[in-house]
Amino acid sequence: MTLSRRDFIKRLSAGAAASAFAGCASDGGRPAAGRVVVIGAGYAGATAAKYIRMWSPDIEVTLVERDGEFISCPLSNLVLGGSKSLSDLTVGYGGLAKYGVRRVRDDALAVDPVKREVRLASGATLGYDRLIVAPGVDMQYDTLPGLKTADAQSKVLHAWKAGAQTVALRKQLEAMGDGGVYAIHIPKAPYRCPPGPYERACQVAHYFKNAKPKSKVLILDANEDVVSKKGLFMAAWNGPYKGIVEYRPTSELEDVDVATLTAKLQFGSVKADVLNVVPPQRAGNIALVSGLITANNRWCGVNWLTMESVKVPGVHVLGDATLSAQLMPKSGHMANQHAKVCAAAVIALIKNEPVNSQPMMVNTCYSFIDDRNVVHVASVHTYDAADKTMLPVKGAGGLSDKANELEGTYAMSWAKNIWADMLA
Amino acid sequence: MKFTVHPVLAATMLSIAAALPSAARAQDANAVRGMAATCANCHGTDGRSSGAVASLAGIDKSRIVQQMQDFKTGKRPATIMHQLAKGYSDTQIDQIAAYFAAQKK
Repeated sequence: MTLSRRDFIKRLSAGAAASAFAGCASDGGRPAAGRVVVIGAGYAGATAAKYIRMWSPDIEVTLVERDGEFISCPLSNLVLGGSKSLSDLTVGYGGLAKYGVRRVRDDALAVDPVKREVRLASGATLGYDRLIVAPGVDMQYDTLPGLKTADAQSKVLHAWKAGAQTVALRKQLEAMGDGGVYAIHIPKAPYRCPPGPYERACQVAHYFKNAKPKSKVLILDANEDVVSKKGLFMAAWNGPYKGIVEYRPTSELEDVDVATLTAKLQFGSVKADVLNVVPPQRAGNIALVSGLITANNRWCGVNWLTMESVKVPGVHVLGDATLSAQLMPKSGHMANQHAKVCAAAVIALIKNEPVNSQPMMVNTCYSFIDDRNVVHVASVHTYDAADKTMLPVKGAGGLSDKANELEGTYAMSWAKNIWADMLA
Repeated sequence: MKFTVHPVLAATMLSIAAALPSAARAQDANAVRGMAATCANCHGTDGRSSGAVASLAGIDKSRIVQQMQDFKTGKRPATIMHQLAKGYSDTQIDQIAAYFAAQKK
């Protein structure tokens, strides 16, 4: 375990020396090279935990997660479309045991970056040499007064985290009579999963087309245009979903009247039978309370060579919570790539070895137009030393030509392999 | 005057000389490992796929290089790999291919 002399003295003075040394023994009885705590076991956190142990079994890794199993956000729109159930998207955390990842089911409440400790809801503390914070996003309801209460939020769902809300939104769609209107509101970019809301519109339209053909899907987009895969989604809305989907750009939500399911826009109001508001988002709460947010009170700036916070030394931030680099989406795939760059860097930093100066990250996002036909967007990103950021490689990446079944097969294969890459 | 080097100092100098290139090699190996990990989301950890996408672990290096070059030039049609292959230089493709060839199937 590497400790600078200053850190060592700090620990002694903080009275944390006992716990620092108590955590020194690794499974083999030899002292661990260092201790890493990971907060959050989603696409980013679980991958980081696994890869650190896989690449460097002499480092202790403790993974803190409040949920008992992983539920994937990617593919969760298929639950709304009716072709998948939540259990198809659920993977247990048991596979991480073979890598020696220590799992703690708890809620991380606070970080003390001086003592290098995480405080948990149970009252326990975890000491660390390096902390990885992968909290995903939390919803920002402060600009929408009508949605402030828990009761209001249970009626107008976001379903932007896969789980109970996904199932509840599907139930609302099932309960709606034929001829009803489902309206989805999309916040201004950046938000989690840029093509996600448009894929959701397609999935609900797919369900309506087969089960409730007189019903409509109304997209109220705060953005001036479709944010992702525009041509491919427009082809669906003007093709198989013509007459079902209506797209309205520049439709920023000002408030919601929950009693009447009315979306109040800058120009006029829209009443729906099922109203689905995806609110603006920011880095998850633990990032906020730990002082990791550096941009627009929403996102965490990181050093892209290490994923270390630009503000809090020793703390790394991954996934949707980061201030995204240019043309870098907030996606599960990208979160997994952040995690691998971070895992390698954390190992190097703990062992006083040089950090890789040329990290690469790839993104692939598949979107389901119906239950079989799929489109993708892909990009490759490399570190630019002059700008100190990740930049897309020119000439690489791109989109599908059109929706196709082969990519439907690949999308399901993608899910299987990325879930295994994180958790098995 | 006869120039002598203290034996301990000599040993230290030798070990520094040996350590430098090996540290550089280790860093290269880590960079390649990181590049190969960019493929794992779709092709499985260390290239061991359990889905419809091809496994890369234990495949001959020359075969992986050829496929990647064919994707790059458009000789082999693809849904996505023609776009991703263009993100890697020929040297990087060589290194990634060697990494996967050395993995257990």
